[in-house]
Amino acid sequence: MKKKAPRTYQEDIIGDGISSIQKVREPHRENEGRCIKYVLIGVCTLFLFVMLVLPLIVVVTNALRDGWAAYREAVIDEYTVKALQLTLFAAVAAVTVNTVFGLFASYLLSKFYFRGRQILAALIDIPFSISPVIAGLVFILTFGNVGWMGEFLKAHGIRIVFAVPGVVLATIFVTFPFVFRELFPVLNAQGKDEEEAAALMGAGGFTIFRRITFPHIKWALLYGVILCAARALGEFGAVSVISGHLRGKTNTLPLHVEILYNEFNTTAAFAVSSILVVLAVLILIARNIVEWRKE
Amino acid sequence: MYVQMEHIYKTFDGFHASSDVSFGVEKGQLAALLGPSGSGKTTILRMIAGLDRPDSGDIMIDGRRVNDLPGSRRGIGFVFQNYALFRYMTVADNIAFGLEVQKKSKKEIRGRVDELLELVSMQDLGKRYPHQLSGGQRQRVAFARALAPNPHLLLLDEPFAAIDAKVRRELRTWLKEMIRRVGITSIFVTHDQEEAMEVADAIIITNLGRVEQIGTPDEICLHPQTEFVADFIDAARYEALAAARSCEEW
Repeated sequence: MKKKAPRTYQEDIIGDGISSIQKVREPHRENEGRCIKYVLIGVCTLFLFVMLVLPLIVVVTNALRDGWAAYREAVIDEYTVKALQLTLFAAVAAVTVNTVFGLFASYLLSKFYFRGRQILAALIDIPFSISPVIAGLVFILTFGNVGWMGEFLKAHGIRIVFAVPGVVLATIFVTFPFVFRELFPVLNAQGKDEEEAAALMGAGGFTIFRRITFPHIKWALLYGVILCAARALGEFGAVSVISGHLRGKTNTLPLHVEILYNEFNTTAAFAVSSILVVLAVLILIARNIVEWRKE
Repeated sequence: MYVQMEHIYKTFDGFHASSDVSFGVEKGQLAALLGPSGSGKTTILRMIAGLDRPDSGDIMIDGRRVNDLPGSRRGIGFVFQNYALFRYMTVADNIAFGLEVQKKSKKEIRGRVDELLELVSMQDLGKRYPHQLSGGQRQRVAFARALAPNPHLLLLDEPFAAIDAKVRRELRTWLKEMIRRVGITSIFVTHDQEEAMEVADAIIITNLGRVEQIGTPDEICLHPQTEFVADFIDAARYEALAAARSCEEW
């Protein structure tokens, strides 16, 4: 395919923000502008270094402080493995549910016009504006023993709070809008014409989705899935409230890190953290590949 | 009459897009829906195509009431304003799409696609993607795609709006010739009176959701029946001397 011409500064500002930042053509500037540029570069680099890079280095060095053997022991510890399994399980569940939901919701809101459209779109964003701790509490008040549905759930022998379903629910809740947020603008910009054209030729809903809509959104979808997974793996607040911190049962990796740290088992805490760091780096790489393909 | 609209009403959120719209288009005719933007002409076209439903009134195609028939079963081809080509499919796949949906055999599809590519003189461009084509080429693909399933009625929404003013004239002649050659009944929407005068056999002038006048180009030029028509044709004449000339020739 043909290489895309670099975007102009103006296009980039109106365009899709940070994702295209590498391709911006430099706007013409006077000398003092250049000076400001270097000062800003310095400030940003320093800030990033102190706030992000340094802590990561600290994590890794502390994790290996007592030597490789101690690190290994902490990582293959039974509870760590269980926590990792639960974290991955919750992440996969959240990604699956939110992908399906995100697809439906973004399709609905971009292709159909109805009363209350805006309200629905605003509701989907609730998890972005609500503190995760509150989200956890909400679930306890809804599904817990004294909660709204407590009696009903107890009668049917279903445990949600302080059990795996609660952890999964909380993870789904906090990662709810990610896929939707990525898909919606893409679908919205596409308009309805191509779908209408296909429908006029007699194509059914599934054919239209498979051949017209999906090729258009696949990279945005994957990007949304990656962001969703990243958030799901690191979720602490909501899960912390609802899980009950039962070791080997409802403990996720971030919670496990906290427990180890509170027990003054610093090396183990950092070792377990390093697993999360590795996952984060993997996701970062995937994200950049997808972003590059999306262009 | 091949297409007959009878007392069509349509409102969008209290806005009257169509009020008592009635007109007919004869078989084999090339008719223009002409009016200023917001006059309801695209709504009329979309209702004929089945993309919008009228609140009341009858839409007849070939003697049959089609109000409750989905657009895909009305035997129409539709050319969208921005062509709505499937951007992730090649030109050939775009043209083949309607036939694939109808589950035609591979051989038959290939034959028809080749035939249409030849009709629009794009034999060598079948493997291109829409973004690799010029505006005029896109229009030709859209035209070929709409004709692929052998419709009896062709609907075109502002077919020249997305095209450079320089080549618009040329394409106009081309499209007119093509439609003649295929012999298909066609209705196109335009806000450009010059375009309507030059291309159409019959013109339906719309304003504020109503039909102002129906007639041949010279009837409308020489005998405008309402003040609006006289005004609309006159004001636009200023910009389009050529159309005025073609009027006088008649």
